[in-house]
Amino acid sequence: MKFSDFILYLLSGIIFGFVLMKSEVVSWFRIQEMFRFDDIHMYGIIGLAVLVGVISIQIIKRTGAKDRTGTPISIEDKDPTQYKRYLIGGSLFGLGWALLGACPAPMFALLGSGLTVMIVPIITAILGTYLYGVLRDRLPH
Amino acid sequence: MIDLLYQPWPWYVAGPIIGIMIPLLLIVGNKAFGISSNFRHICAACAPANVKFFQYDWKSGLWNLVLLLGVVIGGFLGGWVFANPEPIDLSESTVSSLQELGIQDFTGFVPADLFSWEVLASPTGIIVLAIGGFLVGFGTRYAGGCTSGHAISGLSNLQLASLIAVIGFFIGGLLMTYVLLPIIL
Repeated sequence: MKFSDFILYLLSGIIFGFVLMKSEVVSWFRIQEMFRFDDIHMYGIIGLAVLVGVISIQIIKRTGAKDRTGTPISIEDKDPTQYKRYLIGGSLFGLGWALLGACPAPMFALLGSGLTVMIVPIITAILGTYLYGVLRDRLPH
Repeated sequence: MIDLLYQPWPWYVAGPIIGIMIPLLLIVGNKAFGISSNFRHICAACAPANVKFFQYDWKSGLWNLVLLLGVVIGGFLGGWVFANPEPIDLSESTVSSLQELGIQDFTGFVPADLFSWEVLASPTGIIVLAIGGFLVGFGTRYAGGCTSGHAISGLSNLQLASLIAVIGFFIGGLLMTYVLLPIIL
């Protein structure tokens, strides 16, 4: 990896992590509030993020924009016929999200903020991913 | 000006900045924004064993691991260096329903009642931290993405697959919130 790539990805991550903290997306409380439909906060964040994402992807696709190295930007489509994996996997993820109150990025942002106990869910999440890898061929997709 | 770094940011400021991550990573290196693949890269780097799912060159995900390192640093800056001293301005109905479940500490990002090394010794602590993390890790890879990969990246690219995954997130999340959490806490 080139040093310039390293710096750009690192900076992108820093911005993302910083916004996750400042917007309180990392908060267990905010996730509880979201699943109780008590406030617009989380819906506003995800909704506007998607809005900006949709507009930018449409611009990129329609203008045939290129990346920094001059390669045309391509975005892989996801296969919607594997609906079982999205529904079952998604539901298991949702159970964990509402329980732990943190999805993957917030786990790491919270760890960085000094909440050392987050190393526990990070390790068990890695174990969960590992178990999925082992069981993959036997699960409905 | 510097006050803005300490204060919480409203949703209409934070949302668009998170959305910018998508074109940013596409332009920087033709990368699709997503975080949870890193768990897979870590498995592949540390213990691929003879599991086919982990037999690939994990270095292809190095950019994402660097992004993740940035998230940790961003968390340090946003939650430690420029920490907001005030408690989160939660809606009253959330506070009262959580109080009914026995949550007492509302001072930080997470309740100390659940997130501390001491609590980890209790069944509740193990369920929330260890099982919660396990479900996130298993579920996200099974679903092929997490909040960033599906809810933000996937929906932004108008993917039906991601919409189904997000519906799944809410099926699981609502079941946990209304049925299981009152039993666990």
